Amino acid sequence: MYRFNYHRPTSLEEAEQRLDAGEDALFLAGGQTLIPTLNLRLASPSDLIDLAGIDGLSGIDVADEMVRVGAMTRHAEVAASADVQASLPVLADLAGQIGDAQVRNRGTLGGSVANSDPAADYPAAVVALDATVHTTRRTIPGAEFFLSLFETALQPGEIITAVEFRVPKRAAYQKFPNPASRYAVVGVLVAEFDDGVRVGITGAAACAYRSDDLETALNASLAPDAVDAVDIDYDRFNSDLHASAEYRANLVRVMARRAVEALLREG
Amino acid sequence: MNVEFTVNGTAHTLDVEPNTLLVDVLRSTLGLTGTHVGCDTSQCGACTVHLEGRAVKSCAVLACQVDGGTITTIEGIGTVDDLHPMQEAFRECHALQCGFCTPGMIMSAIDLVERGEAGDEGSVRAGLEGNICRCTGYHNIVRAVLHAAQRM
Repeated sequence: MYRFNYHRPTSLEEAEQRLDAGEDALFLAGGQTLIPTLNLRLASPSDLIDLAGIDGLSGIDVADEMVRVGAMTRHAEVAASADVQASLPVLADLAGQIGDAQVRNRGTLGGSVANSDPAADYPAAVVALDATVHTTRRTIPGAEFFLSLFETALQPGEIITAVEFRVPKRAAYQKFPNPASRYAVVGVLVAEFDDGVRVGITGAAACAYRSDDLETALNASLAPDAVDAVDIDYDRFNSDLHASAEYRANLVRVMARRAVEALLREG
Repeated sequence: MNVEFTVNGTAHTLDVEPNTLLVDVLRSTLGLTGTHVGCDTSQCGACTVHLEGRAVKSCAVLACQVDGGTITTIEGIGTVDDLHPMQEAFRECHALQCGFCTPGMIMSAIDLVERGEAGDEGSVRAGLEGNICRCTGYHNIVRAVLHAAQRM
Protein backbone atom coordinates (compact mmCIF):
# COMPACT_ATOMS: atom_id res chain seq x y z
CA MET A 1 0.00 0.00 0.00
CA TYR A 2 1.33 3.47 -0.89
CA ARG A 3 1.69 5.93 1.95
CA PHE A 4 -1.03 8.41 2.80
CA ASN A 5 -2.09 10.65 5.66
CA TYR A 6 -5.05 9.54 7.75
CA HIS A 7 -7.56 11.87 9.38
CA ARG A 8 -10.65 11.15 11.41
CA PRO A 9 -12.62 14.40 11.62
CA THR A 10 -15.50 14.75 14.05
CA SER A 11 -17.67 17.06 11.96
CA LEU A 12 -18.77 17.31 8.33
CA GLU A 13 -17.25 20.79 8.08
CA GLU A 14 -13.89 19.51 9.22
CA ALA A 15 -14.13 16.60 6.78
CA GLU A 16 -14.77 18.98 3.88
CA GLN A 17 -11.88 21.20 4.95
CA ARG A 18 -9.58 18.19 5.15
CA LEU A 19 -10.57 17.12 1.66
CA ASP A 20 -9.93 20.58 0.26
CA ALA A 21 -6.56 20.76 1.99
CA GLY A 22 -5.37 17.41 0.67
CA GLU A 23 -3.58 17.24 -2.65
CA ASP A 24 -5.51 14.17 -3.77
CA ALA A 25 -7.64 13.24 -0.79
CA LEU A 26 -10.41 10.63 -0.60
CA PHE A 27 -13.23 10.04 1.86
CA LEU A 28 -13.23 6.67 3.61
CA ALA A 29 -16.56 5.11 4.66
CA GLY A 30 -16.66 1.35 5.38
CA GLY A 31 -13.61 0.75 3.24
CA GLN A 32 -14.70 -2.59 1.79
CA THR A 33 -13.89 -1.43 -1.72
CA LEU A 34 -11.34 1.28 -1.00
CA ILE A 35 -9.00 -0.60 1.32
CA PRO A 36 -8.57 -3.64 -0.97
CA THR A 37 -8.05 -1.14 -3.82
CA LEU A 38 -5.30 0.59 -1.84
CA ASN A 39 -3.83 -2.76 -0.86
CA LEU A 40 -3.51 -3.67 -4.54
CA ARG A 41 -1.88 -0.29 -5.20
CA LEU A 42 -4.62 0.62 -7.64
CA ALA A 43 -5.05 4.00 -5.95
CA SER A 44 -2.61 6.37 -4.28
CA PRO A 45 -4.48 9.13 -2.45
CA SER A 46 -2.51 11.71 -0.51
CA ASP A 47 -4.97 11.63 2.38
CA LEU A 48 -7.79 9.44 3.64
CA ILE A 49 -10.55 11.22 5.51
CA ASP A 50 -12.38 8.67 7.61
CA LEU A 51 -16.04 9.60 8.07
CA ALA A 52 -16.53 7.12 10.94
CA GLY A 53 -15.83 9.70 13.64
CA ILE A 54 -18.69 12.00 12.67
CA ASP A 55 -21.81 11.69 14.80
CA GLY A 56 -25.24 11.52 13.21
CA LEU A 57 -24.33 9.78 9.97
CA SER A 58 -25.53 6.37 11.10
CA GLY A 59 -28.99 5.06 11.89
CA ILE A 60 -32.39 4.27 10.46
CA ASP A 61 -35.54 6.38 10.75
CA VAL A 62 -38.92 5.16 9.60
CA ALA A 63 -41.61 7.74 9.00
CA ASP A 64 -44.84 7.75 7.00
CA GLU A 65 -44.11 6.34 3.56
CA MET A 66 -40.39 6.99 4.02
CA VAL A 67 -37.34 5.13 5.31
CA ARG A 68 -34.26 7.22 5.93
CA VAL A 69 -30.92 5.45 6.25
CA GLY A 70 -27.84 7.33 7.43
CA ALA A 71 -24.89 7.21 5.05
CA MET A 72 -22.58 5.39 7.48
CA THR A 73 -25.17 2.73 8.35
CA ARG A 74 -23.68 -0.72 7.79
CA HIS A 75 -25.36 -3.18 5.43
CA ALA A 76 -25.76 -5.67 8.31
CA GLU A 77 -27.71 -3.08 10.32
CA VAL A 78 -30.14 -2.48 7.46
CA ALA A 79 -30.54 -6.21 6.84
CA ALA A 80 -31.24 -6.94 10.53
CA SER A 81 -33.36 -3.86 11.28
CA ALA A 82 -36.82 -4.86 12.46
CA ASP A 83 -38.07 -1.43 11.35
CA VAL A 84 -36.77 -1.87 7.81
CA GLN A 85 -38.03 -5.46 7.67
CA ALA A 86 -41.49 -4.23 8.65
CA SER A 87 -41.67 -1.03 6.59
CA LEU A 88 -39.48 -1.69 3.56
CA PRO A 89 -38.67 -5.42 3.50
CA VAL A 90 -37.18 -5.24 0.02
CA LEU A 91 -34.37 -3.02 1.33
CA ALA A 92 -33.53 -5.37 4.21
CA ASP A 93 -33.56 -8.26 1.75
CA LEU A 94 -31.27 -6.42 -0.69
CA ALA A 95 -28.84 -5.36 2.05
CA GLY A 96 -28.64 -8.96 3.25
CA GLN A 97 -27.52 -10.07 -0.20
CA ILE A 98 -24.55 -7.69 -0.47
CA GLY A 99 -21.13 -9.39 -0.55
CA ASP A 100 -20.67 -11.64 2.45
CA ALA A 101 -21.24 -11.36 6.20
CA GLN A 102 -17.88 -9.72 6.91
CA VAL A 103 -18.38 -7.15 4.15
CA ARG A 104 -21.90 -6.41 5.43
CA ASN A 105 -20.49 -5.81 8.92
CA ARG A 106 -18.23 -3.02 7.60
CA GLY A 107 -19.66 -1.73 4.32
CA THR A 108 -21.95 1.30 4.36
CA LEU A 109 -24.86 2.58 2.29
CA GLY A 110 -23.14 5.89 1.58
CA GLY A 111 -19.91 4.24 0.52
CA SER A 112 -21.68 1.88 -1.84
CA VAL A 113 -23.79 4.59 -3.42
CA ALA A 114 -20.94 7.12 -3.74
CA ASN A 115 -18.74 4.52 -5.43
CA SER A 116 -21.32 3.76 -8.16
CA ASP A 117 -19.87 0.36 -8.88
CA PRO A 118 -21.86 -0.90 -11.88
CA ALA A 119 -22.51 -4.22 -10.09
CA ALA A 120 -23.37 -2.93 -6.61
CA ASP A 121 -26.79 -3.74 -5.15
CA TYR A 122 -27.86 -0.54 -3.39
CA PRO A 123 -27.97 1.58 -6.57
CA ALA A 124 -30.89 -0.53 -7.85
CA ALA A 125 -32.84 0.51 -4.73
CA VAL A 126 -31.82 4.15 -5.04
CA VAL A 127 -33.28 4.43 -8.55
CA ALA A 128 -36.28 2.11 -8.13
CA LEU A 129 -37.45 3.25 -4.70
CA ASP A 130 -37.62 6.90 -5.78
CA ALA A 131 -34.92 7.73 -3.27
CA THR A 132 -33.59 11.14 -2.34
CA VAL A 133 -29.86 11.37 -1.69
CA HIS A 134 -29.11 13.93 1.01
CA THR A 135 -25.68 15.52 0.92
CA THR A 136 -23.84 18.27 2.74
CA ARG A 137 -24.93 20.68 -0.01
CA ARG A 138 -28.30 19.63 -1.43
CA THR A 139 -30.69 16.80 -2.16
CA ILE A 140 -30.36 14.75 -5.34
CA PRO A 141 -33.16 12.61 -6.81
CA GLY A 142 -32.11 8.97 -6.84
CA ALA A 143 -32.84 8.52 -10.54
CA GLU A 144 -30.42 11.37 -11.36
CA PHE A 145 -27.65 10.34 -9.00
CA PHE A 146 -25.73 7.74 -11.00
CA LEU A 147 -24.06 9.16 -14.09
CA SER A 148 -21.71 6.46 -15.32
CA LEU A 149 -19.08 3.92 -14.33
CA PHE A 150 -17.91 4.97 -10.84
CA GLU A 151 -19.32 8.42 -11.57
CA THR A 152 -22.12 10.15 -9.66
CA ALA A 153 -23.71 13.58 -9.44
CA LEU A 154 -21.59 14.29 -6.34
CA GLN A 155 -19.26 17.26 -6.65
CA PRO A 156 -15.71 17.14 -5.28
CA GLY A 157 -15.91 17.35 -1.50
CA GLU A 158 -19.65 16.74 -1.31
CA ILE A 159 -20.57 14.14 1.32
CA ILE A 160 -23.67 11.94 1.37
CA THR A 161 -25.37 12.21 4.76
CA ALA A 162 -28.40 9.95 4.24
CA VAL A 163 -30.60 8.32 1.65
CA GLU A 164 -34.37 8.50 1.95
CA PHE A 165 -36.34 5.71 0.27
CA ARG A 166 -40.01 6.02 -0.61
CA VAL A 167 -42.06 3.06 0.63
CA PRO A 168 -43.86 1.29 -2.24
CA LYS A 169 -47.02 -0.78 -1.98
CA ARG A 170 -45.03 -3.87 -2.91
CA ALA A 171 -41.51 -4.50 -4.16
CA ALA A 172 -38.99 -7.26 -4.77
CA TYR A 173 -35.31 -7.49 -5.68
CA GLN A 174 -33.84 -10.39 -7.58
CA LYS A 175 -30.23 -10.74 -8.55
CA PHE A 176 -27.98 -13.16 -10.34
CA PRO A 177 -24.89 -13.03 -8.15
CA ASN A 178 -21.40 -13.61 -9.41
CA PRO A 179 -20.64 -16.89 -7.62
CA ALA A 180 -17.26 -15.67 -6.36
CA SER A 181 -17.79 -12.03 -5.44
CA ARG A 182 -21.58 -11.95 -4.89
CA TYR A 183 -21.69 -8.74 -6.89
CA ALA A 184 -24.75 -8.61 -9.15
CA VAL A 185 -24.07 -9.81 -12.67
CA VAL A 186 -27.57 -8.39 -13.05
CA GLY A 187 -29.96 -7.24 -10.32
CA VAL A 188 -33.50 -5.99 -10.86
CA LEU A 189 -35.70 -4.23 -8.32
CA VAL A 190 -39.37 -3.86 -9.21
CA ALA A 191 -41.46 -1.56 -7.02
CA GLU A 192 -45.16 -0.84 -7.28
CA PHE A 193 -46.22 2.62 -6.11
CA ASP A 194 -49.67 4.20 -6.21
CA ASP A 195 -48.44 6.32 -9.11
CA GLY A 196 -46.91 3.48 -11.09
CA VAL A 197 -44.25 0.82 -11.31
CA ARG A 198 -40.56 1.66 -11.10
CA VAL A 199 -37.83 -0.73 -12.23
CA GLY A 200 -34.20 -0.31 -11.20
CA ILE A 201 -31.46 -2.31 -12.88
CA THR A 202 -27.91 -2.80 -11.67
CA GLY A 203 -25.04 -4.85 -13.08
CA ALA A 204 -26.12 -4.57 -16.71
CA ALA A 205 -24.83 -1.18 -17.81
CA ALA A 206 -22.21 1.39 -16.74
CA CYS A 207 -24.34 2.36 -13.77
CA ALA A 208 -27.74 1.64 -12.25
CA TYR A 209 -30.68 2.99 -14.21
CA ARG A 210 -34.49 2.90 -14.53
CA SER A 211 -35.79 0.80 -17.38
CA ASP A 212 -38.43 2.78 -19.28
CA ASP A 213 -39.30 -0.26 -21.40
CA LEU A 214 -39.93 -2.57 -18.46
CA GLU A 215 -41.83 0.14 -16.59
CA THR A 216 -44.11 0.74 -19.56
CA ALA A 217 -44.81 -2.97 -19.92
CA LEU A 218 -45.40 -3.52 -16.20
CA ASN A 219 -47.60 -0.43 -15.88
CA ALA A 220 -49.77 -1.93 -18.60
CA SER A 221 -49.84 -5.31 -16.88
CA LEU A 222 -48.09 -6.14 -13.63
CA ALA A 223 -47.58 -9.80 -14.49
CA PRO A 224 -44.54 -12.02 -15.13
CA ASP A 225 -45.57 -12.61 -18.75
CA ALA A 226 -45.50 -8.86 -19.44
CA VAL A 227 -41.72 -8.98 -19.12
CA ASP A 228 -41.29 -11.56 -21.88
CA ALA A 229 -42.53 -9.24 -24.60
CA VAL A 230 -40.03 -6.50 -23.74
CA ASP A 231 -37.11 -6.18 -26.11
CA ILE A 232 -34.13 -5.38 -23.89
CA ASP A 233 -31.77 -3.01 -25.68
CA TYR A 234 -28.26 -4.15 -24.80
CA ASP A 235 -26.27 -1.80 -27.04
CA ARG A 236 -24.66 -0.14 -24.05
CA PHE A 237 -24.55 -3.15 -21.72
CA ASN A 238 -21.34 -4.36 -20.13
CA SER A 239 -19.57 -7.22 -21.79
CA ASP A 240 -16.78 -8.81 -19.78
CA LEU A 241 -15.42 -12.15 -18.63
CA HIS A 242 -18.44 -12.63 -16.38
CA ALA A 243 -21.13 -12.22 -19.03
CA SER A 244 -21.65 -10.91 -22.55
CA ALA A 245 -23.99 -7.98 -23.13
CA GLU A 246 -26.47 -10.29 -24.81
CA TYR A 247 -26.44 -12.67 -21.86
CA ARG A 248 -26.94 -9.76 -19.48
CA ALA A 249 -29.98 -8.72 -21.51
CA ASN A 250 -31.42 -12.15 -21.00
CA LEU A 251 -30.62 -11.98 -17.29
CA VAL A 252 -32.46 -8.64 -17.05
CA ARG A 253 -35.56 -10.32 -18.41
CA VAL A 254 -35.21 -13.38 -16.15
CA MET A 255 -34.50 -11.34 -13.00
CA ALA A 256 -37.33 -8.91 -13.79
CA ARG A 257 -39.70 -11.81 -14.25
CA ARG A 258 -38.61 -13.35 -10.94
CA ALA A 259 -38.93 -9.98 -9.20
CA VAL A 260 -42.50 -9.56 -10.48
CA GLU A 261 -43.32 -13.09 -9.34
CA ALA A 262 -41.88 -12.39 -5.89
CA LEU A 263 -43.70 -9.06 -5.68
CA LEU A 264 -47.02 -10.69 -6.53
CA ARG A 265 -46.46 -13.33 -3.85
CA GLU A 266 -46.50 -10.50 -1.29
CA GLY A 267 -50.24 -10.29 -1.96
CA MET B 1 0.27 7.79 14.48
CA ASN B 2 -0.77 6.41 17.87
CA VAL B 3 -3.69 4.05 18.12
CA GLU B 4 -5.17 2.43 21.21
CA PHE B 5 -7.22 -0.73 21.09
CA THR B 6 -7.93 -3.83 23.08
CA VAL B 7 -7.02 -7.23 21.69
CA ASN B 8 -8.21 -10.35 23.49
CA GLY B 9 -8.72 -8.33 26.67
CA THR B 10 -5.30 -6.64 26.65
CA ALA B 11 -5.06 -2.90 25.99
CA HIS B 12 -2.38 -1.79 23.53
CA THR B 13 -1.06 1.62 22.52
CA LEU B 14 0.86 1.34 19.27
CA ASP B 15 2.57 3.68 16.88
CA VAL B 16 1.44 2.60 13.40
CA GLU B 17 1.84 3.95 9.90
CA PRO B 18 -1.54 4.97 8.43
CA ASN B 19 -1.14 2.48 5.59
CA THR B 20 -0.91 -0.52 7.94
CA LEU B 21 -3.61 -3.16 7.79
CA LEU B 22 -5.10 -4.45 11.02
CA VAL B 23 -4.02 -7.99 10.11
CA ASP B 24 -0.39 -6.90 9.86
CA VAL B 25 -0.48 -5.29 13.28
CA LEU B 26 -2.05 -8.41 14.77
CA ARG B 27 0.46 -10.77 13.18
CA SER B 28 3.68 -8.81 12.97
CA THR B 29 3.50 -6.34 15.85
CA LEU B 30 1.52 -8.37 18.38
CA GLY B 31 2.67 -11.82 17.23
CA LEU B 32 -0.89 -13.15 17.00
CA THR B 33 -0.21 -15.36 14.00
CA GLY B 34 -3.35 -17.46 14.42
CA THR B 35 -5.06 -14.92 12.15
CA HIS B 36 -4.04 -15.91 8.63
CA VAL B 37 -3.57 -14.05 5.36
CA GLY B 38 -4.83 -16.28 2.60
CA CYS B 39 -5.44 -14.07 -0.40
CA ASP B 40 -4.55 -10.47 0.45
CA THR B 41 -7.42 -9.37 -1.80
CA SER B 42 -10.20 -9.57 0.84
CA GLN B 43 -11.89 -12.59 -0.67
CA CYS B 44 -10.88 -15.66 1.36
CA GLY B 45 -11.84 -14.70 4.93
CA ALA B 46 -8.85 -16.44 6.56
CA CYS B 47 -8.04 -13.13 8.31
CA THR B 48 -11.49 -12.84 9.94
CA VAL B 49 -11.45 -11.43 13.48
CA HIS B 50 -14.14 -9.88 15.66
CA LEU B 51 -14.35 -6.10 15.88
CA GLU B 52 -16.87 -5.06 18.54
CA GLY B 53 -18.08 -8.66 18.45
CA ARG B 54 -18.74 -8.78 14.72
CA ALA B 55 -16.79 -10.72 12.10
CA VAL B 56 -14.66 -8.51 9.84
CA LYS B 57 -11.83 -9.19 7.43
CA SER B 58 -8.76 -7.73 9.10
CA CYS B 59 -7.11 -7.33 5.68
CA ALA B 60 -9.85 -4.87 4.72
CA VAL B 61 -9.52 -2.69 7.82
CA LEU B 62 -6.74 -0.22 8.57
CA ALA B 63 -5.18 -0.36 12.01
CA CYS B 64 -5.89 3.35 12.51
CA GLN B 65 -9.60 2.79 11.83
CA VAL B 66 -9.96 0.65 14.96
CA ASP B 67 -8.59 3.28 17.35
CA GLY B 68 -10.59 2.83 20.54
CA GLY B 69 -11.93 -0.52 19.40
CA THR B 70 -12.16 -3.99 20.86
CA ILE B 71 -10.80 -6.91 18.87
CA THR B 72 -10.95 -10.64 19.44
CA THR B 73 -8.76 -13.04 17.48
CA ILE B 74 -8.70 -16.83 17.37
CA GLU B 75 -6.21 -16.74 20.26
CA GLY B 76 -8.80 -14.97 22.41
CA ILE B 77 -11.71 -17.38 22.30
CA GLY B 78 -10.39 -20.47 24.08
CA THR B 79 -7.31 -22.32 25.30
CA VAL B 80 -5.91 -25.76 24.54
CA ASP B 81 -7.37 -26.98 27.83
CA ASP B 82 -10.61 -25.08 27.52
CA LEU B 83 -11.65 -24.90 23.88
CA HIS B 84 -14.47 -22.65 22.71
CA PRO B 85 -17.54 -24.75 21.84
CA MET B 86 -16.95 -23.89 18.18
CA GLN B 87 -13.36 -25.11 18.36
CA GLU B 88 -14.52 -28.26 20.13
CA ALA B 89 -17.13 -28.86 17.42
CA PHE B 90 -14.55 -28.39 14.67
CA ARG B 91 -12.36 -30.97 16.44
CA GLU B 92 -15.19 -33.46 16.95
CA CYS B 93 -16.53 -33.15 13.41
CA HIS B 94 -13.10 -33.14 11.79
CA ALA B 95 -13.96 -29.80 10.20
CA LEU B 96 -10.44 -29.09 9.03
CA GLN B 97 -8.08 -30.57 6.53
CA CYS B 98 -4.98 -28.39 6.03
CA GLY B 99 -6.26 -26.01 8.71
CA PHE B 100 -5.32 -22.76 7.00
CA CYS B 101 -8.85 -21.38 6.70
CA THR B 102 -9.88 -22.67 10.14
CA PRO B 103 -9.25 -19.57 12.28
CA GLY B 104 -11.32 -17.43 9.92
CA MET B 105 -14.02 -20.08 9.61
CA ILE B 106 -14.30 -20.31 13.40
CA MET B 107 -14.46 -16.54 13.91
CA SER B 108 -17.14 -16.19 11.20
CA ALA B 109 -19.07 -19.16 12.53
CA ILE B 110 -19.15 -17.80 16.09
CA ASP B 111 -20.58 -14.49 14.83
CA LEU B 112 -23.10 -16.41 12.73
CA VAL B 113 -24.32 -18.46 15.70
CA GLU B 114 -24.39 -15.44 18.02
CA ARG B 115 -26.57 -13.59 15.50
CA GLY B 116 -28.96 -16.54 15.48
CA GLU B 117 -28.40 -17.18 11.79
CA ALA B 118 -27.12 -20.75 12.00
CA GLY B 119 -30.49 -22.47 12.17
CA ASP B 120 -30.07 -24.92 9.32
CA GLU B 121 -27.59 -26.12 6.73
CA GLY B 122 -28.67 -23.57 4.13
CA SER B 123 -28.26 -20.59 6.42
CA VAL B 124 -24.86 -21.81 7.62
CA ARG B 125 -23.65 -22.24 4.03
CA ALA B 126 -24.94 -18.78 3.12
CA GLY B 127 -23.49 -17.29 6.31
CA LEU B 128 -20.02 -18.64 5.54
CA GLU B 129 -19.92 -17.26 2.01
CA GLY B 130 -17.10 -14.93 3.01
CA ASN B 131 -14.79 -17.80 3.94
CA ILE B 132 -13.11 -20.03 1.40
CA CYS B 133 -11.68 -23.49 2.13
CA ARG B 134 -9.24 -24.50 -0.58
CA CYS B 135 -9.44 -28.12 0.58
CA THR B 136 -13.19 -27.83 -0.11
CA GLY B 137 -13.88 -29.30 3.30
CA TYR B 138 -17.18 -27.49 3.60
CA HIS B 139 -19.33 -30.46 4.47
CA ASN B 140 -17.74 -31.09 7.85
CA ILE B 141 -17.37 -27.37 8.53
CA VAL B 142 -21.12 -26.91 8.14
CA ARG B 143 -21.74 -29.96 10.34
CA ALA B 144 -19.46 -28.51 13.01
CA VAL B 145 -21.19 -25.12 12.99
CA LEU B 146 -24.62 -26.74 13.32
CA HIS B 147 -23.21 -28.91 16.11
CA ALA B 148 -21.74 -25.93 17.96
CA ALA B 149 -24.93 -23.93 17.52
CA GLN B 150 -26.68 -26.45 19.77
CA ARG B 151 -24.18 -25.85 22.56
CA MET B 152 -23.48 -22.14 22.45
